[in-house]
Amino acid sequence: MSAVMITRKLRKWEKLPGKNTFCCDGRVMMARQKGIFYLTLFLIIGTCSLFFAFECPYLAVHLSPAIPVFAVLLFLFVIAMLLRTSFSDPGVLPRALPEEANFIEMEIEAANGSVPSGQRPPPRIRNVQINNQIVKLKYCYTCKIFRPPRASHCSICDNCVDRFDHHCPWVGNCVGKRNYRYFYLFTLTLSLLTIYIFAFNIVHVVMRSVDQGFLSTLKETPGTYPFKYEYILLLVCFFTLWSMVGLTGFHTYLISLNQTTNEDIKGSWSGKNRGQNPYSHKNIVKNCCEVLCGPTYPSIAAEKSSAPKDDPPLAAKLPPLASPETDAETSIVKNQ
Amino acid sequence: MATEFHNLQELRHSASLANKVFIQRDYSEGTTCRFQTKFPSELESRIELTLFEETVKTLNNFYAEAEKIGGQSYLEGCLACATAYLIFLCMETRYEKVLKKIAKYIQEQNEKIYAPRGLLITDPIERGMRVIEISIYEDRGSSGSSSGSSSVSGSTAR
Repeated sequence: MSAVMITRKLRKWEKLPGKNTFCCDGRVMMARQKGIFYLTLFLIIGTCSLFFAFECPYLAVHLSPAIPVFAVLLFLFVIAMLLRTSFSDPGVLPRALPEEANFIEMEIEAANGSVPSGQRPPPRIRNVQINNQIVKLKYCYTCKIFRPPRASHCSICDNCVDRFDHHCPWVGNCVGKRNYRYFYLFTLTLSLLTIYIFAFNIVHVVMRSVDQGFLSTLKETPGTYPFKYEYILLLVCFFTLWSMVGLTGFHTYLISLNQTTNEDIKGSWSGKNRGQNPYSHKNIVKNCCEVLCGPTYPSIAAEKSSAPKDDPPLAAKLPPLASPETDAETSIVKNQ
Repeated sequence: MATEFHNLQELRHSASLANKVFIQRDYSEGTTCRFQTKFPSELESRIELTLFEETVKTLNNFYAEAEKIGGQSYLEGCLACATAYLIFLCMETRYEKVLKKIAKYIQEQNEKIYAPRGLLITDPIERGMRVIEISIYEDRGSSGSSSGSSSVSGSTAR
């Protein structure tokens, strides 16, 4: 029997600790629990399918064909934003490698001095001044780093996420620096889509009842095939509408103040600290522009899909220590 | 200088890792990416202050350019939004372009300035944009004059 040694370089995302699942060679990054995400997809696709199947033919003929066309575009945009939010890296901060962790430990010990035995060591906090405001950076015991400002550790995904907003089970991922704008656009366009479907649902019922008389329209409902689904649609849209519009309104408020959900819940910049948010530009338009039209940050933790474009001669010149791709080479022994 | 290396190849073959220094982030101007220009004491005998400061300042300028919020970033954002962000499948973002420039600059600095002095800069993107890691090498031939820790030398076998 001959043994064949196959050496395969581990990708960055394969080495990433934390409770994420990856697909498509690291291009898709999600949390472990995806059940509610599938429910979200089902609700959106199901509701829109009902709308396209049972209402659009009538509306296209009696009103305008532009109505279903616009609905399709809106639906596609909603799905694109949902998938983009769910599948992208929210801004995960990779954990410190042993040398960096040791370096930080030594700095902490130097700063705290020797602690008498029996006494609890002081909490690991670093104070930094941002725009004349003192911000406390907390130490993360899991990732062994001092978290950058606005970063927080998500216990569900077991990662520190930069500009952590919240972990959203509906999208099956954390919402952080890299995917916040997609999340916001998702809530905004889903609200618009829900309002659109709800409105045209009502228009359809009204037009039918004008054609046939209101009472006979209602009488048709128990047995008539298309009408049963219309009421399901109306019900789903009604409840979705209020929650989505509320959520969109809340996030619009947060964006205008340049705050995250996490900061809002903790009350970091409200109450007695109101008006002291050091990240805010004190201008609603500037805050919105920064959050929605800011630069698109690259994924640090996971392998980018454009990674193969790396210039081979450039990478080859670097000694092994500098490139983490070659750090962990696994040998797979296959017996033939 | 006690140790002299002529290029990165020589560094790799004849040197052993002695210590690592981490240049931390400077948050005084907000969450934009900037690194402190404070000169670490471990590098005092290895490299001139001006060269080190020049490197860090240039890196800071690169990151500022990548994260600048202005006309071009708005245009990129709006265009991307209009195409439901599908345009990023074919186009490279401005940040990625600048990151490539940074990688090239660090490579160049390593070859010309840092490797001859037995030092090596690691691109901050490899360390989560938290630190600039500078590895200090000692010539294997010379007697142990480093203040290095034995726990660090294990990393060469990684």
